[in-house]
Amino acid sequence: MNFQSLVDLLVTDTLETSLPRFRPELLLCASMVLMLLVRIVRGGEKVPSFLLAILGSMAALWSALPGGGMSSWAELEPCQLFTGMLVYDTLYAYTRVFLLTFLVLFVILSRLTGIADRDEGQDYYTLVFGATLGMCLMASANHLIVVFLGIEMASVPSYVLAGIIRGRRRSSEASLKYAIYGAGTAGVMLYGISLLAGVLGTAHLPTMAQRLGAQRLAALEISSVVEEPAQITEVKVEAEEEQTAAKTEDSDADDSGHPGTQGHPGARGHEVAASKAKLTPMVLALGGLMLGVGLAFKLSAVPFHFWCPDVFEGASAEVDAFLSVASKTAAMVLLLRIGLGLGIQPEANSFMVLLVGMAAVATCTFGNLAAYGQTNIKRMLAYSTIAHAGYMMMAVAAAIALVGKDPAQMRVAVQSLLLYASIYFFMNLGAFSFVAFMRNALGSEEIKDYAGLIRSCPWMTVAMVAILFSLVGLPPLAGFIGKFRIFQALFEAGGPWMMFLLVVAGLNTAISLVYYLRVAKTLCMDPEPENRGPVSLGFLPMAYTLLVSFPVLLFGILPDWLADWAYQATAHLF
Amino acid sequence: MPILSLIIWIPLLGAAVILFVPKEWTRLIQLIALVCSSISFALACYLLTMFDLSSGALQFAENVQWVPEMGMTYSLAIDGLSLSMILLTTLITIACLFASLSQTDRVKAYFAWFMLLETAVLGVFAAQDWFLFYMFWEITLVPMFFLIGIWGGARKGPASLSFFLYTLGGSIFMLLGIIAAYVNSPTQSFDMSVLVQNNAGWSAELQALIFFGFFLGMAVKIPAFPLHGWLPLAHVEAPVPVSMFLSAILLKMGAYGLFRAGILLPLGLEWFLPILFALGLINIVYGALMAWRQDDLKGMVAYSSISHMGFVLLGVAAMTVAGFTGAIMQMVTHGIITAALFFLIGVLYEQAKTRNISDFGGLSRQIPRYGVMMSIALLASMGLPGLAGFISEFHVILGAFEHWGLYVAIASVGILVTAAYSLRTIGFMFTGALDTRWNHLQDIRGSQMLVGLVLVFLMVAIGVFPSPALNIVNSTATQMIEVLK
Repeated sequence: MNFQSLVDLLVTDTLETSLPRFRPELLLCASMVLMLLVRIVRGGEKVPSFLLAILGSMAALWSALPGGGMSSWAELEPCQLFTGMLVYDTLYAYTRVFLLTFLVLFVILSRLTGIADRDEGQDYYTLVFGATLGMCLMASANHLIVVFLGIEMASVPSYVLAGIIRGRRRSSEASLKYAIYGAGTAGVMLYGISLLAGVLGTAHLPTMAQRLGAQRLAALEISSVVEEPAQITEVKVEAEEEQTAAKTEDSDADDSGHPGTQGHPGARGHEVAASKAKLTPMVLALGGLMLGVGLAFKLSAVPFHFWCPDVFEGASAEVDAFLSVASKTAAMVLLLRIGLGLGIQPEANSFMVLLVGMAAVATCTFGNLAAYGQTNIKRMLAYSTIAHAGYMMMAVAAAIALVGKDPAQMRVAVQSLLLYASIYFFMNLGAFSFVAFMRNALGSEEIKDYAGLIRSCPWMTVAMVAILFSLVGLPPLAGFIGKFRIFQALFEAGGPWMMFLLVVAGLNTAISLVYYLRVAKTLCMDPEPENRGPVSLGFLPMAYTLLVSFPVLLFGILPDWLADWAYQATAHLF
Repeated sequence: MPILSLIIWIPLLGAAVILFVPKEWTRLIQLIALVCSSISFALACYLLTMFDLSSGALQFAENVQWVPEMGMTYSLAIDGLSLSMILLTTLITIACLFASLSQTDRVKAYFAWFMLLETAVLGVFAAQDWFLFYMFWEITLVPMFFLIGIWGGARKGPASLSFFLYTLGGSIFMLLGIIAAYVNSPTQSFDMSVLVQNNAGWSAELQALIFFGFFLGMAVKIPAFPLHGWLPLAHVEAPVPVSMFLSAILLKMGAYGLFRAGILLPLGLEWFLPILFALGLINIVYGALMAWRQDDLKGMVAYSSISHMGFVLLGVAAMTVAGFTGAIMQMVTHGIITAALFFLIGVLYEQAKTRNISDFGGLSRQIPRYGVMMSIALLASMGLPGLAGFISEFHVILGAFEHWGLYVAIASVGILVTAAYSLRTIGFMFTGALDTRWNHLQDIRGSQMLVGLVLVFLMVAIGVFPSPALNIVNSTATQMIEVLK
């Protein structure tokens, strides 16, 4: 293959395969540029940035929708984009529609709550679009570099968004805290990535999985070869041990080239290979753990959740909705991709199931217990998102446990995750838009200030109470369907560890009841404070809240088409 | 005509209509609620006339695909057990609504929640799909939470919360049980009759484990000792009509579910029989002793419910036709009797503003009609022959004796204590000298009189002519025993 044909291949790959499928992301980029540049033109400052944002996001969503209607996803041809950096499959297509739908609704919400006013509107929307672009990359990552790039592209705008309310101390503090945490975990993750890529010689996820398998076979071969000579030369080997240990590091790089000059070349070569074989799984595990740190930060999984409550309290409710739904779902899909990609190797599998499962148990339980004592609604919802991330991670654990063993049930597990995330979309968007509108109307985000709202604004309150019950997971609301499917996936995965997860999930559901109900009680049962004036919201905010919370009831009673889409989204996973 | 669907959904339709009525028009709201629940009751009576009493099979089946991909169907049908529960529910709801007419605070929301509650409970009793069953089961929690939490007494907050928490904590494990049954069966279906056909391949251990999940859910509702902690609090704090509904209907959901779960998991039920038997005896004795120690009338009836529900457990543990018949009859008669007791307590409380037994005395001179009704209800609760309670408890003890022998005698301790506190209450309240502060009490009359009379009439009627009521449940009980044996 000469240079010319290489370039030709690259060009065809980029122009014919990658760019057409990358159109929604390109549209996002274009609208970002447009929003920033439109002010240069004379009269351009009069163009409302909301208009550009809504048009750009809707165009992106439109081009992301599958051509033949939502049910035609199964016909989509899976392929790799940009020479294997991104993977284009139904899971990605689904997640992209998910993220872009959220973006459209989010832009409308920002407009209705007035968070993005005329002056800083374009900054705000540009940041949101940039973060969404990063999340799209996270969902389609096929290469560890894209994993890192996606996470950073999603995070950096989020740091700014968290502090977008100028002149508020809590907001700036939240932003700074978020940025420092993010930077720290990004460094750790990058180190982990370099370890993994260094050991396996590639950062391309499917190739990594292959090499992992090869690594295991090689390790087996070496250990069987080493066994016998090792016994014969035991004494000598022991004598050489110190020397060897000291030299392992340099000989690692070139042990094949220099077979060793000190007497027993064969034994020495095997010895080095054996110690390398022993060392490699450790390095791999360490690299995997470090990569996990970066993901756990985005998922706000315990023990990397500390930023979450503070950031949620400091940032505005709209940004909270963005962080809790879009960011978390993208991170969940990324975790799933990495988990399934590497977990298909039997040895990595049990390690990853254990790791994800343990994080899920800790995250879920901690989130629910910590939510108890909260008096600020955003803080409470922050802990609630931590807990829900725990439930979703259980579905990921079940999917990893099933991968390679029972593809049909693995698809069901992934479906349960997507279904849960899609339902969670509406629950949290509804809850945070309630919080945002009430902040405008009441000037408070304390739970106790919501007392008796059922009398002043009954429709909004009914929607919020329905969302709260759905977050608990009560039928006939959609939250129940999501939880039900995850429970079912855990059952299908089977085994004592999954049963443990199941019982933890069940107990957590009961625990979570208390703090959600307390808000419902305050809203509906407590007497109204006397000094509160009339609560005026206007028609549009109310209509918006009702619109985004209506699916919570709809998908609870008729979940089949959402479930069907989610199922189709799993079509190309192994 | 989908008659079961009509019975279930008409109250919800009423609730929806009520939401669009201006909140000042309380009379109209009350009327809508009464009309809708009466239609449901009338349809349930029509169901009774069409019902084939000689058969224990499911009748009036309705089956619609709901979410085929997940194996859920909207499937309704009734047998004698369901029918008696539906009749009881629709009847008691009307009585509860009559008792609610004096409610003045946030009338609209109150009646809307009550109607939703009726729909959910009727759904539980008619559902033939475990998923549907669970859905209705959980829906009952929300209206109950608000009914206790908004209109309850001084400690309504903790009462409503503990009710919700206990029930959800139990039912989560029932959900796990349902999913376990689904996952372990080859057919992708939650339909009760389909799942039953799959249970042959399940080992006894698996069945016992799944049954344990179901049992946790049911035991909270029944309530079986030691999961009864929510009940006294909820009963005492709930407004009177809600207490009526709670003890007359909601507790029966647990017992009803126990029968259904037993049919699904025969080996599991068998494994659990000694536990059910022991818990039944503990319930009977413990409930009676606790009731004996109460001075608050509502508290007394609440604990007596625990005691009487012990007989249902005992009847299930008997595994005989007589035991099952007695258990189902006990569900019905206890429903009628406690509804009457709570109703009458509410009537007195409205005027006297106290429920303490020791505050009263010699009331039979001031309010004789009330005295007679209350005494009959208390005697029926005690199990006096000739009144409803006797028939069911007699059957249960007869059935349990066949299976467990002399151990059943422990239940007689409970019966004795029940007699003691019932008679003591009658003595305290209605005999002796009349305190002058009760001179203002008015005797029961009007619509309250009517409700009381209907309930008392049913107690006497079932007590004297038990055979029509027994006929409804007999063939179903026989069929269940055949399936289980």
